[in-house]
Amino acid sequence: MERAIVNKAENPDEKPNSTETGFPVQPENEKMSGGEILICALLDEGVDTIFGFPGGVLLHIYDVIYHKPELRHILIKHEQGGTHAADGYARATGKAGVVLVTSGPGATNTVTGIATAFMDSIPLIILTGQVPFAMMGNDAFQEADIIGVTRPITKHSYLVRDVNELGRVVQEAFHIATTGKPGPVLIDLPKDMVAQKGYYNRLKKMKIRGYNPVKNGHFHQIVKAADAINKAKKPVFYVGGGVNFGNASAELTELVEKSNIPVTTTLMGLGAVRSDHPLNLGMLGMHGTWAANMAVSECDLLIAVGSRFDDRVTGRLNGFSVKSKKIHIDIDPASISKNVTVDIPIVGDVKNVLPKLTELVERPDISAWLQKLDSWKEAHPLKYAHRDDTIMPQYVIEKISEITNGDAIVVTDVGQHQMWTAQFYKFNRPRSLLSSGGLGTMGYGFPAAVGAAVGRPDRKVFCIAGDGGFQMTSMELATAVKYKIPVKLAIINNSFLGMVRQWQQLFFDKRYSHTYLKDSNPDFVKLAESYGATAFRIQRPREVVPTLQKAMEIKNGPVVMDFIVAKEANVFPMVPAGAALYEMIEDEN
Amino acid sequence: MKHTISVTFEHSFNTLSRIAGLFSGRGFNIDSISLGTAEKEGLARMTLTTRGDERIIEQITKQLNKLINIIKVVDLTFEPFVERELALIKVSASPSVRMEIMQIVSIFRAKIIDISPKSLTIELTGSADKVNASISMLKPFGIIETARTGSVALRREFQGKT
Ligand SMILES: Cc1ncc(C[n+]2csc(CCOP(=O)(O)OP(=O)(O)O)c2C)c(N)n1
Repeated sequence: MERAIVNKAENPDEKPNSTETGFPVQPENEKMSGGEILICALLDEGVDTIFGFPGGVLLHIYDVIYHKPELRHILIKHEQGGTHAADGYARATGKAGVVLVTSGPGATNTVTGIATAFMDSIPLIILTGQVPFAMMGNDAFQEADIIGVTRPITKHSYLVRDVNELGRVVQEAFHIATTGKPGPVLIDLPKDMVAQKGYYNRLKKMKIRGYNPVKNGHFHQIVKAADAINKAKKPVFYVGGGVNFGNASAELTELVEKSNIPVTTTLMGLGAVRSDHPLNLGMLGMHGTWAANMAVSECDLLIAVGSRFDDRVTGRLNGFSVKSKKIHIDIDPASISKNVTVDIPIVGDVKNVLPKLTELVERPDISAWLQKLDSWKEAHPLKYAHRDDTIMPQYVIEKISEITNGDAIVVTDVGQHQMWTAQFYKFNRPRSLLSSGGLGTMGYGFPAAVGAAVGRPDRKVFCIAGDGGFQMTSMELATAVKYKIPVKLAIINNSFLGMVRQWQQLFFDKRYSHTYLKDSNPDFVKLAESYGATAFRIQRPREVVPTLQKAMEIKNGPVVMDFIVAKEANVFPMVPAGAALYEMIEDEN
Repeated sequence: MKHTISVTFEHSFNTLSRIAGLFSGRGFNIDSISLGTAEKEGLARMTLTTRGDERIIEQITKQLNKLINIIKVVDLTFEPFVERELALIKVSASPSVRMEIMQIVSIFRAKIIDISPKSLTIELTGSADKVNASISMLKPFGIIETARTGSVALRREFQGKT
């Protein structure tokens, strides 16, 4: 396939001494500048793309990048967008995403992106420029204590003082970011260190004292779990992002099929098992399906896999799955029995644990339970009232699902459209729904979609965003145009901050305090066109499919679809705040 | 209930801040914290005392264990362990009450390490309870200042069995 993304200077002639390989290869014993060591170390980690934005303290590093075309650098418009793009790249590819930003404001602009990745356990490397070491702590120009600012939202962080340490630090950072429970790792790079010459040292064998994530589950515990599964009468799997992003979707599907036990997933777990799998009950939680929430409430065995009992999933804790024995398989010991007490914990990588469990399980006789679930599924499907005169938001998502055969990478923003996507897009593959589940970051969607499309040019990438959230990072349209990134953006334009409006309608007597957007929204078509993107406005249901078809044909850049949808549609079913899952309400009446 | 937790880690200010941040960020209690170098170069040992129910203490130890530079976390509470705290206590002491104070000092096996016409400074080691008890005995004389280290603790090796 054609590589649409190029990273050469606009006019290659401007580049002095540009050779094919960039810098001459440094013999091992020769000194290099910190900037060179950094870029070499990134390449040695297998990095092909970084997202970045330059600044004063990064001049040395950008000079190295100038000479290294083999490292693709995507110039983003805002460091928040760059961090989300690196996050989207990571979720879509499974590799760590890398973002490079300058000191002070450049660094603080990444904070929301780092927190988003931290909450969803996404491997990120954040490279921040820093003022020269001697000036640190003096309130120097563009100085921020970014290590201090990000301490609670990074898995680890480094301040590199000695240029000879830089190679090892980069290597360790990638190791820490991508293993165990993955997460963001920040490396702070003082300007003088980057300019100094030193040796590029790498560790032959990665060993970090004090960091030994458990991979294999305890066998005795796995036997206990298998025994509980074999004896269960009403078991259900509760699957989270750990399976999706731990690359264990095949292993899970095998276990589900061998045991014939139904499965529900969290938002982050969607795609881990095919949506149309007969044993799949759909999503559970606040906007989960009736069958999933009742199954979890009624089951006698809950098998949690790579999930963390988030409050959006459990509803009122003392009403959560009270009749069940609980198995919890997770890489993170700290997430076990944090919110809900578990009977059989298994600490380990789901990818290692699941096959061992599959070997030991049999098919428990649960036909009565399966029948009950089928009847729930049939009696309480997800639904909405279709209209001929107005586009229903759910309809747009159904059609996107159909036209992509449930095969696209779908990146959402946060709000109603996110929940409708979870409900109505039929995910067929893992790593396909990219969404800010833990932090719920508006503004995540579009830049993350850009990152995902950069990382996976082989897959179709759709971004589904609200008219509110898209405006938080809409400037990245320029990035998508510049690098010809074929993201298809569907704005579900309901003229409101819809999710908040829904709560105002249901719980605050329709007092729509500061959630109306129509009087301040831009003309999204003109906005897109001003960046050089193709754009459509869609106002009638019958235009939805033809427009999507047109959009599918556009391959050399982004396309923006402004779907004008029903203003006051609501996400149902729903578990109101403070209610238990079995107290869910199915619709407005 | 009160727990005494011993933490061994690779010494750096970043690690120290991460430990402190864990407690403030997650709303855990710290009653006392003390820190010094451990037996190997570059390693530090911290003893902290905290309170909470079983689930909270479990979270504290698990979250501490998750920090990259932490090498070992031991909750000593349910094991035999030895614990000591050092306190310096400056008490007002006019000549008329000096003898009385010195009696208390000897009961607690403490030492007087500084003296002035109006005050005595007492050095005391012992469990936190002993330190608290001696402070309350000295209170009536007027305590000018105290400095306490917080508990340091190690597991007791010889447990009378085996
Ligand atoms: C950065 C940020 N600010 C505020 C919120 C709170 N919030 C959650 S959903 C929502 C409304 C989103 O509106 P819109 O983007 O139009 O999407 P819709 O719900 O209409 O689909 C708001 C304000 C948030 N999640 N993130």
